[in-house]
Amino acid sequence: MTTLADRPVTASTGSFKLSMLLNDSRYRSLTFQFIALIAIIAFMAFVGGNLVRNLTAAGLNISYAFLGEPSGYDINQRLIDYDSQSSHGRAAVVGLLNTLLVAFLACITATIFGVVAGVLRLSNNWIVSKIMAVYVEIFRNVPVLIWILIIFSIMINVAPSPRDFRGDDATASMMFFDTIAVTNRGVYLPKPIWGDGSMIVVAVLLASIVGIFAYRRYSRKQLFDHGKMVPVLWPSIALFFVPVILVQLILGNPITLSYPELKGFNFRGGITILGSLIALWFALAIYTGAFIAENVRAGILAISKGQTEAAGALGLRPNQIMSLVVLPQALRVIIPPLISQYLNITKNSSLAIAVGYMDVTGTLGGITLLQTGRAIETILLLMLFYLTVSLLISFFMNIFNNRMKLQER
Amino acid sequence: MSDTPAQNVAFVRTSEIPPSPPPTRETGAIKWIRENLFSGWFNTILTLIALYLVISIVSGAAPWFYNGVWEADSIRECRDILAGKTGACFAVLVDRWDHLVFGFKYPQDAYWRPLVAFLLLLVAAAPALFGKIFPRKMLILTAIYPFLAYWLIWGGTLWLPVLVAGSIVATGLVFRLVEGMAVNMRQILAGVVGLLFGLGLAWLLFKGAAELVFIASNIGGSGLSVIPYAVFWAAGIFTYVCVIPMGIFVGYAIYQSAEDGGLVTIVTALFAIYIMLAYLLGPVSGAFNSIIPLELQAVPSRDMGGFMLCMILGTVCVTLSVPLGIVLALGRQSHMPLIKGVCVVFIEFVRGVPLITLLFVANVMLAYFLPPETSFDLILRVIIMITMFSSAYIAEVIRGGLAALPKGQYEAANSLGLNYVQATRLIILPQALKISIPGIVNVAVGLFKDTTLVSVISMFDIVGMIRGPIQQSTDWISIYWEVYGFAALLFFVVCYSISQYSQWLERQLQTDHR
Repeated sequence: MTTLADRPVTASTGSFKLSMLLNDSRYRSLTFQFIALIAIIAFMAFVGGNLVRNLTAAGLNISYAFLGEPSGYDINQRLIDYDSQSSHGRAAVVGLLNTLLVAFLACITATIFGVVAGVLRLSNNWIVSKIMAVYVEIFRNVPVLIWILIIFSIMINVAPSPRDFRGDDATASMMFFDTIAVTNRGVYLPKPIWGDGSMIVVAVLLASIVGIFAYRRYSRKQLFDHGKMVPVLWPSIALFFVPVILVQLILGNPITLSYPELKGFNFRGGITILGSLIALWFALAIYTGAFIAENVRAGILAISKGQTEAAGALGLRPNQIMSLVVLPQALRVIIPPLISQYLNITKNSSLAIAVGYMDVTGTLGGITLLQTGRAIETILLLMLFYLTVSLLISFFMNIFNNRMKLQER
Repeated sequence: MSDTPAQNVAFVRTSEIPPSPPPTRETGAIKWIRENLFSGWFNTILTLIALYLVISIVSGAAPWFYNGVWEADSIRECRDILAGKTGACFAVLVDRWDHLVFGFKYPQDAYWRPLVAFLLLLVAAAPALFGKIFPRKMLILTAIYPFLAYWLIWGGTLWLPVLVAGSIVATGLVFRLVEGMAVNMRQILAGVVGLLFGLGLAWLLFKGAAELVFIASNIGGSGLSVIPYAVFWAAGIFTYVCVIPMGIFVGYAIYQSAEDGGLVTIVTALFAIYIMLAYLLGPVSGAFNSIIPLELQAVPSRDMGGFMLCMILGTVCVTLSVPLGIVLALGRQSHMPLIKGVCVVFIEFVRGVPLITLLFVANVMLAYFLPPETSFDLILRVIIMITMFSSAYIAEVIRGGLAALPKGQYEAANSLGLNYVQATRLIILPQALKISIPGIVNVAVGLFKDTTLVSVISMFDIVGMIRGPIQQSTDWISIYWEVYGFAALLFFVVCYSISQYSQWLERQLQTDHR
């Protein structure tokens, strides 16, 4: 290849020669892009031509009309109304909500696992830090699919079946004063029944959440303006629970719980959480938690020791050093990889198909695809969905990240 | 007081007191335990909880391992032997060892072949991984390995991989030959090659334009909107217009390059390898094989299974996706908007979707995009998809490495008069790759773990074998801890050693003084 050094730049003479398209760095990039454009068009022609030929040969066309047709299959875990007469489109929405549900649950749980394990791995306590190191290494180095299947198998094989709860010589019993039943079909929880005036209770709950945020602002202001440390944790907890319980008692229990009961071969009433959801949720959380633990550890280690020592010299206690000095700075290091872990959870939740949890891959990319045979349309929709979710999560998380960033002058 | 003579004092020590040992609570194990386990009420509670956890896990798992049954034909027999005791049924591993490692279709008398291939992998990987310990010449083994491993695992005639390797070497020789030619000789060659290439390109473009017009005129009935219709018409007409000028331009460019030899050398080498692979390979290897038959029983790809399949997919895809990732990362750094755009869209798209959807594409969708008569086997389609997937992630890692290089490195390379290829190869990439090694290894470990996902599209890797033929057989119905634990152990051993290796390499490559 020739470089500018070999040939004098001829631009000054004003004449344009064809060879300049190749040898002049000002035009060369245009040439390359033109060739790339031609290559892309050629690729498009190859792929598109084959697609049209194959579709014609199979007597198919690209059509999304199947989304309106009745699906004819049932989904056992759903957040919105759905039955086998509903459309394929609605089945896809049910699956989509299920994906978001498990991703949301797993993100929260994984963050808790990860932060706890990451902080404890740095603890001075030898045995605790070693246990956390073992946890992180074991879970990071084994495929998540194997964890999902192991936990699902344990759910099925170890948990008692509903039959075992029956009769006087029952081998299994419900937990927490007969409110929760753990069976191999799933976990049955009490379900709230919204009576008259329950909206008031909910409103009070929302108001106290707003109150907590206002209180935190106030305490921050106190700290920054007057240097006073106002306790935050206990008042927040009190603010969260006390008003709601008071209102609930004063209004005469508008919100009641319906407990699961053993009727026939299975539990009825209450909320059912299927074993597949629990296995997926827990496996994703504990697997990703190991990665988050490493991110948290790296974030804390990235804060120089001088910060800790300076805070100690100011007379802060160890837990204050952690919460006021180290963690706020470490968060800036932790959040970007945390975002990508959340994205990983969302994408890995598509492994639901291995345990039969009906997420969007199971409905749209599974049964709908098999029933309608519309491979191209369903897979494109599936990819579009995941792409949108990924881009949305990273968009919001980037906004959050930008707000957390160090404000440099 | 100070001038009191020493003689007046009742007692004066004349020798130093030997230091007494520190109190027992401040030394040795007791001090360590006090400081590390019981340094406060909170720490004490943590220690007690942790101890309880460890003891309960160990006491639960120990009898399970200790009572483990290694010889039984079915899970019922196993339970009879255990007679109610807690115990593992490791007999399933003995009974189904072949299935777990090789899958259930790989011919039994050929098991030695993947085993030899695996041992050779260790030999071939060693000089590449531990460059400082082994002599550089051993890298030849690494270069030979892919061809040998292909022959060992898939079987068939040895002449085929040998001739492919031979064509690659021959292409290199052609490259050297053209590079070393006198300028007037090369001008003649460039003329011929330029003419041929220009004509070939024009012909290809002509076919492509016809294809685009074909799509445009068939797309109407398929429910797609007007926009793609117009796009395809426009692209078709554009390509028709480009046919002659592009052919002439590229031919001319090749001819022009005769003086310095860059383009004509590459194009001639490409020509050579194309002719060798497309027209000479099949007949020549057949002819050689009929003279000296060096043949192993051929095994079709769909017979691969078990942990072997995970290893094949992992090694092949990592090896392929590193160069592809480098190209994508460089493309994303490029100043040319079109090339940059293509790379960005590809990377972001692949990173935004789960691997499962890409495997679905490989399974049911890819066939629609290939010519009707081609029948790629599934393993090759899966390799293509996983390679695409991991190359996008590797590209992002390498982009990080490129971004971490100080700008002065680029400028210094330019000021030395190096062109883009030289600067990238000699200055930029060695430094950027060194920074990206931990990230690349992370992606490689992740990729290796993700090979288990192929079980979702009904391929029988180790997880697929467990879920299908083992758990659904009458003998070993619903056995899970033993088999999944075994699979987990295999993955743990491989992934943990890779990550330990990467940490070692990081220390080796550390050239800055801290």
